[in-house]
Amino acid sequence: MTFSEPGTRGRIAALLSPALLFVLILFIYPFIYGMFLSLTDADGAFTLDNYGRFFTDDWDSATILTTLWISLPVTILNVAASIPFAYYMRRGVRGEKLITFLLIVPITLGTVLISEGMLTFLGPTGWFNQLLMGLHLVKNPVQLTHNYWGVVLSLAIQGFPFAFLMLLGYVSGVNPDLEKAAQMLGATKTQTFWKVLFPLLIPGIAISFCLNFVMCFSVFPSAVLLGQPSGPTRVISIAAYQWAFEKFDFNASSAISMVMAAIELLVISLVFVGRSRFYKGASIAGKG
Amino acid sequence: MRKGFSIRLTDVLFVTAIVLFAAFVLGILLTVVLNSVSKGWYHGVLPPYLTGEWYTYMAQDQDLVTLLTVTFVVAISVVVLALLIAYPAAYALARHEFRGKGLILSLCLLPMIVPPMAYGIPLAMVMYKFHLAAKVAGVILVNLVPIVPFCILILIPFIEQVSTNLESAAKMLGARPMTIFRRILVPLTVPGLLTAGILSIVKTISMFELTYLVASGRSQTIVVALYADAYAAGARPPQAVDALAVVYFLLAMLCLAIALKFVSPTQMVFKLK
Repeated sequence: MTFSEPGTRGRIAALLSPALLFVLILFIYPFIYGMFLSLTDADGAFTLDNYGRFFTDDWDSATILTTLWISLPVTILNVAASIPFAYYMRRGVRGEKLITFLLIVPITLGTVLISEGMLTFLGPTGWFNQLLMGLHLVKNPVQLTHNYWGVVLSLAIQGFPFAFLMLLGYVSGVNPDLEKAAQMLGATKTQTFWKVLFPLLIPGIAISFCLNFVMCFSVFPSAVLLGQPSGPTRVISIAAYQWAFEKFDFNASSAISMVMAAIELLVISLVFVGRSRFYKGASIAGKG
Repeated sequence: MRKGFSIRLTDVLFVTAIVLFAAFVLGILLTVVLNSVSKGWYHGVLPPYLTGEWYTYMAQDQDLVTLLTVTFVVAISVVVLALLIAYPAAYALARHEFRGKGLILSLCLLPMIVPPMAYGIPLAMVMYKFHLAAKVAGVILVNLVPIVPFCILILIPFIEQVSTNLESAAKMLGARPMTIFRRILVPLTVPGLLTAGILSIVKTISMFELTYLVASGRSQTIVVALYADAYAAGARPPQAVDALAVVYFLLAMLCLAIALKFVSPTQMVFKLK
């Protein structure tokens, strides 16, 4: 809708101003403030030491690889697993409501409750190990808590539903006639999927990959509760948290926050550059 | 023949995967619930004794009334404030084309895409700087950051659906903007307000990171208290921690059940148009 009355621009500005002011004060300003803190020392003088210390300290700089080592595999797994499921459910299945409900539950409950439950459920005397040992699949309890796998599992149980529900939205938006047309022209099911559906899903896959990745990369509560926060799962957000709230060095902590945001932005831009390079234009047509 | 079989095979695989996932999630939740009413459950499939004592213990040891009050106050304030800030913006974005609209939309998307832990620490520092941290007001403010953009994006399509003719007619009959807003726009966008409102409550109750970074003992929500208990393993008996977890679980599930009356689960995850 375009209104060409005089004063419309003023009205638009007035309508937008509360929200814009809000985003500026509580999102943009903190970010700039964080960047400013990261580039200054305790007395407010310009310095690059906060970054220098982070990258030269092995204990801190290792958190980048640790976090990538957790978040990249989980993200790839979540997104790759959700593609066939979304494809299977593209026309709806029986019990779809129940299935989507089951998937939304872990997202709604949040990491803290899921981690707390997993500690007992996956623990050495929990039901999961009881079942494995009862079926004689393992002799001794499998250790799935207080290590790498606990964190990976907690991220999968929340990240998979997230990726799946997002992709389901994209899959059901593809016009079903396209598939019929491809089949009428003699394409096999596999060909139809790879030549027709998959290219149309690329934008959805790229976005759900990015969102899943940033979510996994900034993992915090489950890395503490289910992992080994002083070792193999000392992720980058733990480092940032410790500098801020245990050592009370807000400058160093801000630098780590900025590094975190930079890595996330880097991965997102890589995904989008890759997407536009390999699948130019294919995505726009055929959204029904 | 072969085709029929292959379809059945994918059905079997699909159902198996769903059942396994469901069993895993239900197993986790049932463990929490059973553990909170158990005594002496060190091994075996089921606890040997059932007891309600952990709930009494938890209710006395935790300041449960304050926890619940803060959680409700934060959730309700966040929803009301978010809708008040978001509605005018959503209206402007739904009704008008103007330069910089794309920029404003992407500015709105940012706090939803960037995870709370990435911007939460600088945001918490701003709260400390202005002495808002550790107060309920600070908790409300930080929780608004992802919720306001979320409400804007949800409200836009609902406002777009209201015909502009209604507004023009009302204007011609002499209605003032506030009257149009109150008598026409609000009643016709009730579904949008409900959707945005209930989803915001669900999100706020389960928002851990932002609340954790600014809250103190008297301004924390249930989920933060639960984390603190789980983190300080041994400070309280694990069964009592699980009793608090059950309280949180029931609260979150109640809100989810109400939310699902209005929206489909696919709407609950982030969606780009």
